[in-house]
This record gives sequence, structure tokens and C-alpha cells, in this order.
Amino acid sequence: MKMVKTIIREIFGLFIDDQFLALATLVVVGGTAIVVTVTTGTSMVAAMTLLGGCLFVLVAGVWRTARSALRE
Amino acid sequence: MAFWGTAAPAISAAFLASLVEVVEAFTIVLAVGTIQGWRPAALGAGAGLLLLALLVLLLGPLLDRVPLPLLQFLIGVLLPLFGMRWLRKAILRGAGVIPLHDEMVTFAAETVQLEESASHYGTRLDWIAGVTAFKAVVLEGLEVVFIVIAVGAGGGLLWPASIRAVAACALVFTIGIVVHQPLARLPREYSEVRGRRCAKRLWRVLDGRRTRHRMARP
Repeated sequence: MKMVKTIIREIFGLFIDDQFLALATLVVVGGTAIVVTVTTGTSMVAAMTLLGGCLFVLVAGVWRTARSALRE
Repeated sequence: MAFWGTAAPAISAAFLASLVEVVEAFTIVLAVGTIQGWRPAALGAGAGLLLLALLVLLLGPLLDRVPLPLLQFLIGVLLPLFGMRWLRKAILRGAGVIPLHDEMVTFAAETVQLEESASHYGTRLDWIAGVTAFKAVVLEGLEVVFIVIAVGAGGGLLWPASIRAVAACALVFTIGIVVHQPLARLPREYSEVRGRRCAKRLWRVLDGRRTRHRMARP
């Protein structure tokens, strides 16, 4: 049972390590879905939204972690 | 030609990402094999591979039954989460905020853990060693399975991606079997002393970087 819990925790950890990063990524994915719906057929806008959003979230996540580490 | 233009990046990604995961699993199997012997390590790793094969054989055909839009949606959501996590850790490791993933440290930590278990469980150490190898192979193997599905499912590249993942596994194990010979020839006492010294170095690193260890991957 303990091994099963460890495996489930590890599988969960494959996708969610930092809560902020995971939530922000989901927001970006959701925002891209909305853009796709609204712009109907303009795939470039959706692609740039996804790319820009992911880059922003990545930079923000790294910045938050680095700032916490520097403070401590 | 167009097929290879599309397939090559996916197949390369499957091979390289699988290589990383297999190396992590092999490090733990190597620690188990060096300390406790190759029988429990081989049995544990073999059982893990068998479980993964069963999962793939049973769940693989189910992928064809899942509606493609739903499959694309699920993989489309999980893949950015997976990739962003890797990228974040790679950037933090590159910047020195968190320690690099050191296989020697992982090897030493597993060695110490198995030795501590020996003092508590005595004759059950073979079982613990086998379970450790089994768990490592299953956990890292599940990551490989996800990588193969993520890069191969949407574009009909499951078989090429799977073959590349198996090739990565075979490559690491072949190199490992060749390289481990020097380790196997060392007296057990030397391996234990070296393992303890590496473990002491590990604890010094952890003590000095307590907050960064929180971010380090076990």
C-alpha cells in the first residue's frame, strides 16, 4: 500500500512540482483555448498566445524560486 | 522525406528523454546490485519491466478507443505541465540555484539507505533490495511511457517512439553492464567505505544548502 502511494505521488509529481507553475500553465492553456474559440481559424494568434504565455509563466516561476532561495 | 521531417524530432525527443529516465533507474539498480547482489536487483528490475510491459499491452489498445480530440486535449494539457517542470528545473540547475542532479550522490544515498535497512531487517534485505529496484524501474518507466505516448500518440508515431525508447533502455543497460565490471571487482569493503564517504559528502552538501535541497529531486 505504501509503495502504491509512493508511485501515485511520483506520478502526480511528474506534472505538478511547483503549484504556481502548474496553475499558471493551466491558465495559459485555458486562455489559449478561449483565444482559439474567439478568433476562429487564426491559428497564429493562438500559437503566439500559448508560446508567450508559457514563456512568461516559465520566467515568473524561475524568478519566484530564485528570489526565495536568495532570501533564505 | 516529409514523414522523416515530422518524425525525426519526435523520435529524437523520445530517445533522448527516455535516455535520461533510464539512467536514473539504472543508477538505483546499480546501487542495489553492487551492495546486495545482482539476483535481487535483476529480479526487481525484471519484475518492474514485466509490469510496465503488461501495462502497455493492456492499456495501449485502449488508446485507440479514446476519441482523438479527447486524447489530444489530455496530452495537450499534461505535456506543457511536464515540459514546463523540466525546463524550470533545468534553468534553476543551470543558474546554480538548485544542485545539479548528481548520479553519484543518488548512488551513495541508495547505498546508505540499503545498509541502514540491513541493520533493521537482516535476512529481509534481499526483499527490500528487490523492491527498491522494482520501484525505481516502475517509476522511471512510467515517465518513459508517458513521454512515448506524448510524442507519438497524436501523429501516429507510437511504434517509432517506442522503439527508440527501448533502444535507449538497451543502450544504457549495455553500457552499464560493461562499465559495472570495475565496480564488481572492488572488494565489498571498499565499496562500503566509498559509499559512506559519498554519503557524508551528501549530508555536508545538504546541510550547507538546506533550502535548495527542498528543490532538489530525490
